[in-house]
Amino acid sequence: MAENVWIVGIHMTKFGKHPELDTLDLGAQAARGALADAGLRMRDVGVLAAGNLMKAAAGFGQQLQKQIGQTGIPVFNVANACATGATALRVAIMAIRAGETDTGLAVGVEKLSGAGLLAGGSRVAAGDTWAPQGRFGAVAALDGRVGTETMPGVFAQIGMEYDHKYGGADFELFARISEKNHAHSTLNPLASYQKRFTLEQIMGDVMIAYPNTRPMCSANCDGGAAAVVVSESKLRTLSLEQQRRAVKISASVLTSDPWQEACQVLPDVNTLTRRAAEQAYEQAGVGPDDLDLVELHDCFATAELVHYDNLKLCPPGGAVDLFKSGATWRDGSMPVNVSGGLESKGHPVSATGIANIWEVATHLRGEAGDRQIAGARVGLAHVIGLGNACGVHILEKAAA
Amino acid sequence: MSARVPLVDYLVLAGDPHLTAHECTACGARFFDRRNACAACEGEQFRQVDVPTDGELRAFTIVSFAAPGVPVPFVAGVVDCGGTSVRANVVNTPADPEHVRVGMKLRLTTVPVGVDADGVEAVGFGFEPAS
Repeated sequence: MAENVWIVGIHMTKFGKHPELDTLDLGAQAARGALADAGLRMRDVGVLAAGNLMKAAAGFGQQLQKQIGQTGIPVFNVANACATGATALRVAIMAIRAGETDTGLAVGVEKLSGAGLLAGGSRVAAGDTWAPQGRFGAVAALDGRVGTETMPGVFAQIGMEYDHKYGGADFELFARISEKNHAHSTLNPLASYQKRFTLEQIMGDVMIAYPNTRPMCSANCDGGAAAVVVSESKLRTLSLEQQRRAVKISASVLTSDPWQEACQVLPDVNTLTRRAAEQAYEQAGVGPDDLDLVELHDCFATAELVHYDNLKLCPPGGAVDLFKSGATWRDGSMPVNVSGGLESKGHPVSATGIANIWEVATHLRGEAGDRQIAGARVGLAHVIGLGNACGVHILEKAAA
Repeated sequence: MSARVPLVDYLVLAGDPHLTAHECTACGARFFDRRNACAACEGEQFRQVDVPTDGELRAFTIVSFAAPGVPVPFVAGVVDCGGTSVRANVVNTPADPEHVRVGMKLRLTTVPVGVDADGVEAVGFGFEPAS
């Protein structure tokens, strides 16, 4: 049985517009913040896992080392869609569990302010005559002619599919989920937007892809997050204060989507999340009822609903009832996205999968200030990257 | 009659227009794209099968904001055609939630895409309300 792995340092930059900072500045801020929080230096770190999508081919990890410390350690440059940050963390954890090193650093950074739609509009170059191209033998662009490739549209369908299967989900219900997360964000000074919206404002805002209006969509923004993880034996060599603030990684799971009918027609974000959750609960030896808070991947309001069910926060088909009970508000029995979620905190894609772990860890340490969930001991962080990848981590407060 | 080509190679225009799929001979999984092997069972043999032209709308969205050059609003959805899921637009009905609902019955129809320099017309598909 491999050793337990602990978070000893973790940091999240302010999410939002950072025109004066480039990817490396944000990465350095996140990494150095996590190292300072851990009381460690780059020379203590045995592996670096670096997540970034927009500069994935540029050797982001090595570029980052050149700003914060070139110690010759192995670098894994990681790209896994919106699950990139969680994947980077998972790589560092695996290296420690494999016994290759006792200390790892995982970083995720993205600069996305003003990026607009991140998919869609794939157009075959207009030629003089029709010529079949690609794996569908298409003579013209398919986005807009055969469904939609845009993320708001894809996740809108995923929410509507849940309604078709179980009923009870409509435009107003999805808007109310967004209302909750924006209300939560007012307590989070690191969120891109800290503005409460009324239900009427949310439903009356610009429609992007029904039923998702603009405030129901995650915001493109800039941001970084990083975590320093150590083996349990390394942890025991650190100061009592470092041990007291350490957060145990009780489960670390990454899955991809197994084949299901229709999964190549509309991305199936459900099956791989359910599998990841089942494996994580098994690894951690805890169940959904033990969770004090959950940060889940609300890239769109329609996505949050289906993940209540996928993460087993409710019985199958019970997501609408769970939300309507008020349980997922911060004063409810199962607080979800007390950070404000991606809809208000923002979604700098590669940073997201570490930032949600920072949120949970900060509550477990009792350091979440005005938005602290009192007495939080166990929390879960979930991300989805379309394609698909799902990361689920379960964290526990140090026993001492 | 001038020449016509389908928008995608899994749309058959001759006779009654319909879609075809590559069906794995080992496990029955169906795919619309060019295949290397079966994603469900790793099988390597496929046969062409016709997909029913009647279906039920399983999921949809009304896209109001899209990439430049894509006309909006339009209805994008997933249509369950006798157990085979198809990605398609819902056409010939107003693009609003009063006229489009999950569970509605639909049927395949063809949609003009355009005419090229040789006068060849490209024809796409969509699903329209069945009643």
